[in-house]
Amino acid sequence: MTAPTLALHDVSKSFGPIEVLHGVDFDLRPGEVHALIGENGAGKSTMMKILGGYLSPTGGEVRLDGQRAAFSDSAEAEAAGVIMIHQEFNLADHLSVEQNVFLGREIRRGIFLDHKTMQAKSRDLMEALEARVPPRTRVSDISVPEKQMVEIAKALSRNVRVLIMDEPTAVLTGAEARVLFKQVRRLRDEGAAILFTSHKLDEVSEIADRVTVLRDGAVVAQGGIDEFTEDAMATAMVGRDVSDLFPAKRAGGDEIILEAAHVDVPGHVTGASLSLRKGEILGIGGLVGAGRTELMEGLVGLRPRTGTVTLKGTSLPGGDVACARRRGFVYLTEDRKGAGLLLDKSLTENLTLPVLHRYARPLIDRKAEAAALDKAITDFDIRVPSRDVKVGNLSGGNQQKLLLAKTMLCDPDVVVIDEPTRGIDIGTKQQIYTLIHRLAEEGRSIIVISSEMPELIGLCNRVYVMHGGHVAGELTGSEVTEDNVIRLATGLGSQREDAA
Amino acid sequence: MSTASTNAGARRGMKIDLHVLGPILALVALIGIGIALNSNFLSYGNITNVLARSAFIGIIAVGMTFVITAGGLDLSVGSMAAFIAGLMILCMNLLVPSMGQSLGVILIGIAVALAAGLVAGAINGLLVTRAGIEAFIVTLGTMGIYRSLVTWLADGGTLSLDYGMRELYRPVYYDGILGVSWPIIVFAIVAILGEIVMRHTAFGRHCAAIGSNETVARYSTVAVTRVKTLTYILLGCLVGVAVVMYVPRLGSASASTGLLWELEAIAAVIIGGTVLKGGFGRVWGTVVGVLILSLIGNILNLTDMVSPYLNGAIQGVIIILAVVLQRKGSTAT
Repeated sequence: MTAPTLALHDVSKSFGPIEVLHGVDFDLRPGEVHALIGENGAGKSTMMKILGGYLSPTGGEVRLDGQRAAFSDSAEAEAAGVIMIHQEFNLADHLSVEQNVFLGREIRRGIFLDHKTMQAKSRDLMEALEARVPPRTRVSDISVPEKQMVEIAKALSRNVRVLIMDEPTAVLTGAEARVLFKQVRRLRDEGAAILFTSHKLDEVSEIADRVTVLRDGAVVAQGGIDEFTEDAMATAMVGRDVSDLFPAKRAGGDEIILEAAHVDVPGHVTGASLSLRKGEILGIGGLVGAGRTELMEGLVGLRPRTGTVTLKGTSLPGGDVACARRRGFVYLTEDRKGAGLLLDKSLTENLTLPVLHRYARPLIDRKAEAAALDKAITDFDIRVPSRDVKVGNLSGGNQQKLLLAKTMLCDPDVVVIDEPTRGIDIGTKQQIYTLIHRLAEEGRSIIVISSEMPELIGLCNRVYVMHGGHVAGELTGSEVTEDNVIRLATGLGSQREDAA
Repeated sequence: MSTASTNAGARRGMKIDLHVLGPILALVALIGIGIALNSNFLSYGNITNVLARSAFIGIIAVGMTFVITAGGLDLSVGSMAAFIAGLMILCMNLLVPSMGQSLGVILIGIAVALAAGLVAGAINGLLVTRAGIEAFIVTLGTMGIYRSLVTWLADGGTLSLDYGMRELYRPVYYDGILGVSWPIIVFAIVAILGEIVMRHTAFGRHCAAIGSNETVARYSTVAVTRVKTLTYILLGCLVGVAVVMYVPRLGSASASTGLLWELEAIAAVIIGGTVLKGGFGRVWGTVVGVLILSLIGNILNLTDMVSPYLNGAIQGVIIILAVVLQRKGSTAT
């Protein structure tokens, strides 16, 4: 067994009072491809950032070639040959492919840039990745998979000892992933150590030599790829007690309140069909990027879509979110800070924004607004130091409750709640689950999009799982298990054919 | 960055007060300086003169407050004013032979000015919202177009209103009620209505919401496109109103009519405390900003301590100071 290139020894990491990694031991050896798998929020990205020098551990140490290595930043790690490719691209959009590949390490002849050599080299690199993009093309003009390839070319152009890739295949098609894997194998054969994360377990089986499974910030399983079947990986990733976080489940009535047939959202979703019953809490599962948010934004009118959407028996026009709201169909965004709330405005201004016309006759009735805020604070248990505080200064949990209150002020019959508890502590989570339940008991119908398996399983009696822009399958009652959801979400055992 | 915001946080109470009171204190100081330097400063004639001359920029600046609050910008208003003035004079001159020197001609002229303002504003607004071109670019383009059009209409010279018509129309600038001239009355009405619309109607709140975060506004089912377009239309109409008050003053329009009005209007809005990036606007602040700018010019004209040619330099310093103060205010919040 070769000595590890890069290793973590009893590493822990805290953000404020919350510890997200607990005493992780991990090693990465030269000439291996190592897969790091786990659910969203298990600590994979944090662990990778510690390895790549982007974060420093709170406890324990990082070892490079057996020596304690305290990278003070990513530049130091890169100088030591440890290179990380992020999930979000790190490219300058207005520069060319060639300029990006050599950004900060430009080849010079005298005081001038050696464009010829850099172009030739970047062309060779891109061709090796089978991405036929001329080196002079601007990065803003190339496709997302091509951008990924530019990132990889950037890494390949250096002396790589350790390559860390955070979900490199999330934006690639199967064929593009094959090309990437070919280059990964080439690097491995040259003696580099490669670490990557993926939610696609079939890929893990195909490319990885060893696997480490993280759950809740701790390593729960580790071993050679031949010790793990895909099912065993899925089982290791899940398995958590979620007993009394959730109120008792409820099935909906028989009346179908919302029905979508053959809905396409260009670039994100193809041929999605689903139905929602009155008083039901319906779940939408799947991985980030599977098209869940885009499908719901398409249904409610925030994105262009084709196909038919029937709300309470009549067809709903596309692209008109105000019309959907008037007819009782609203969407609560996953992007609380970017799309949900005006952070520099007060609670009141945020609360009444969607239905301001109700308070303006034609001058805004501030007393009525204040009364609405009082009611929201009581109903949704929003805890604020003062009513004049700006929303940006509230905690995530209180922001989420305010966003719920704002959405419910529209008095909707159908609510889509996208990631209802993202970045929220466990106590507030439970409150929000209870609130969602109460809404369903009031006869409203609710769709919950969630990346957290326990949330889907705890809340929903029926779940659609999406994979790669399709509805991969529907699970009902006792079929709603973490195992089944993960299988469908990762593209194993798709029911698409049977369902259709 | 983090230390800076903590510091600012500790002094927040004072900062906010300064943010609100700053423009008023500056105005009071200017009035004090004016009184100290020239005994004529507070005379009826001087006050009326300052206010009436402020009215054109002031009426436009009220509209500009809405555009900027909603995250937009309009550089074309000065050229637009010149073009509308030229168009209005041309139309009136054309009608005199058939309709005579009558009130009807003036009413039609006013209607033409208001309609042209509405259309010009709608063009800016639709190019920004429907075609998705940046406001800066759109209005830089229309600014050049209108300036060129008025030069062309005047054939490089001056368009003058028919002499008889001028006599008939003059009172709209020079007369008034109870000693207050019409431009001042109209400016006051526009400002009061503007303040009410900004603070107390859904439209004003929607403007601030869009300027604060357009995505949030869209997700909150605010009719973003319609509101943004309306701000440009409102501004265009107010440019029309300003022209209606301006034409009787000189009775002519040329290539240099309304030159740099856009900058004065934008400066007044910013000095008044409206955030240039949008998200927060106040009309009363804009009115104070307009008065500050005109008082500086007036004081320089009344005294001989500083050359009136330095008027622009002093205004420039004030604008930059206002933005520096504004930025300190915004880090505190």
